[in-house]
Amino acid sequence: MRAGIMTMGRTGAAALAILACLSIGAARAADEEPVPPHRHWSFSGMFGTYDRAALQRGFQVYKEVCAACHVMRFLYYRDLAALGFNDDEIKAIAAGYEVTDGPNDQGEMFKRPGRPSDRFVPPFANDNAARAANNGALPPDLSLITKAREHGADYVHALLTGYKDAPAGFTLPEGMNYNTYFPGHQIAMAPPLNEGAVTFADNTKASVDQMAHDVATFLTWAAEPEMEARKEMGIKVILFLVVLSGLLYAVKRKVWKGVH
Amino acid sequence: MSATPSLLDNKLVKWFDQRLPIVSTMHHAGMEYPTPKNLTYWWNFGSLAGFMLVVMMVTGIFLAMHYTPHVDYAFASVERIMRDVNYGWLIRYIHMNGGSMFFVVVYIHVFRGLYYGSYKSPREVLWWLGIVILLLMMATAFMGYVLPWGQMSFWGATVITNLFSAFPLVGNWIVTLLWGGFSVDNPTLNRFFSLHYLLPFVIAAVVFLHIWALHTTKSNNPLGIEANGPQDTIPFHPYYTVKDLYGIGVFLIFYSLFVFFAPNALGDAANYIPANPLQTPPHIVPEWYFLPYYAILRSIPNKLLGVLAMFGSILILFLLPWLDTSRVRSARFRPIYKLVFWVFVICCVALTWAGGKPPEGLALWVARIGTIYYFLHFLVFMPLIGWFERPLALPKSISAPVLAGGKA
Repeated sequence: MRAGIMTMGRTGAAALAILACLSIGAARAADEEPVPPHRHWSFSGMFGTYDRAALQRGFQVYKEVCAACHVMRFLYYRDLAALGFNDDEIKAIAAGYEVTDGPNDQGEMFKRPGRPSDRFVPPFANDNAARAANNGALPPDLSLITKAREHGADYVHALLTGYKDAPAGFTLPEGMNYNTYFPGHQIAMAPPLNEGAVTFADNTKASVDQMAHDVATFLTWAAEPEMEARKEMGIKVILFLVVLSGLLYAVKRKVWKGVH
Repeated sequence: MSATPSLLDNKLVKWFDQRLPIVSTMHHAGMEYPTPKNLTYWWNFGSLAGFMLVVMMVTGIFLAMHYTPHVDYAFASVERIMRDVNYGWLIRYIHMNGGSMFFVVVYIHVFRGLYYGSYKSPREVLWWLGIVILLLMMATAFMGYVLPWGQMSFWGATVITNLFSAFPLVGNWIVTLLWGGFSVDNPTLNRFFSLHYLLPFVIAAVVFLHIWALHTTKSNNPLGIEANGPQDTIPFHPYYTVKDLYGIGVFLIFYSLFVFFAPNALGDAANYIPANPLQTPPHIVPEWYFLPYYAILRSIPNKLLGVLAMFGSILILFLLPWLDTSRVRSARFRPIYKLVFWVFVICCVALTWAGGKPPEGLALWVARIGTIYYFLHFLVFMPLIGWFERPLALPKSISAPVLAGGKA
């Protein structure tokens, strides 16, 4: 009977844990917008890593399309080394931007070419300038976007490919666009990706789906640059802990031998 | 007392100990402490909670070396930790998920106490100190969540601090004092950081008292009967030190799965958006460990009554030693209470679920019924069951439970 009570206790605890997880999951999925379809990503799962080619293509999409309006203020050009660019390539990318520095000895601000130690150069001087150029809407910073939205990369991909004509009876205000996955369906951003908007160096066909996939990969890296190191360490830590716990259990059994 | 070799055999240690008996006290409390020999793994969660307190303090101290408590820099300084500080992501994810883990462990510890009647005489003060620790943990966790200065930090802080305005006369004065101004702003962030650093040390002090009370009344056990003599107990070391270490190992595997593979699963995505006082998020939801209280708060249409019910849901635990009228501690020998206990657990899970939903439709009704049931459990069922329930026969001693009480 004692065993029965123990089992009941364990079952209860397990049920509690499962219910708690379900309740959290359910609480997060309570919105009106459809849930973005789950895609397979190179970085999915415990052993997932970033596809370097997709990262470089995604960076190109960001640089040539998104960066016209969106800043990534937590990234430095030096961070691009993680994408597989070498020092000279990074220097060249940074030098393609003009950075305001200063004040110099005369007390004046001056322009100079960017360096790897510079942050990504923002497209607008400040939020008001960004709003003025974008019909009053502020394009969000993209450094953390996949962490700052439910469903992360799935959402980014779904949003970029989710533009449609507004259904009958849905009134769109001037300058707004209809998007299946945007909260409220009304989005100020015009469809940013068009077939062949960029020319990939590796000859990958620049379909909207491909560009959305690659830029979502890039943005996930931007939000979680530590992910590969984290998972790699996690595997080692868990293997270590399993062995350690096994040993501790054996010691416990030995110490407790005469007690039961 | 024990025959095992001890540090006290050393002459120098002995000399010191005669002048300040710290070594013998530690030896007495951490090694000789006579512990019931029949504790199950449910008794591991006390030491796990202590372990989590240390983890949180150590990681917290390192985070504070890199964090900037200012509205203009807080969010960016956290990102700096995540991106540029060596292993900063590791320290922060351990701390961030550590908050959740601390509550998982402590909630299990509390429910274990409820199941086995660990609050009953002579352990009332021990129980009270536990509730004080829980309240301090809640305050600490709430203020810690504000520090990254994301959207949910800001709006969570706004909602929760505003609750105090429900109190008549002093309400608004308290809110202004919490804010350090007339809205959640830089002074709020500064004082929350200061208090978030202070309170863990207060918790550590109360944990010391909690353990002191424990070692005075001795540990409860799954049978809920007192140890009759040395045949019922074993020294804490090595038996429970090794058992607790094994528990920590298994717990760390669970913890690591979150830290390394799902570090943001328990958090809210909105907290990766910098705080914006001009834009309210669609759903303001606290962390999961506050959801049951949030459900209770929102289930009552009157703000003051809601706030009182929310605080009351914890404070009522102080009265538990007298609300429970049964003379038998362990639910093992209380067939009706055992059943009601599990219904209460389901009630708490249901409140957690309802707290995460917008307060409308089914979720609102679950919250309302759950709230009523929560208080019925303590105020009506606990006293009544003690009166009419016929407990099973108790074993004569821990060593011989099979002889008398095996029919449990």
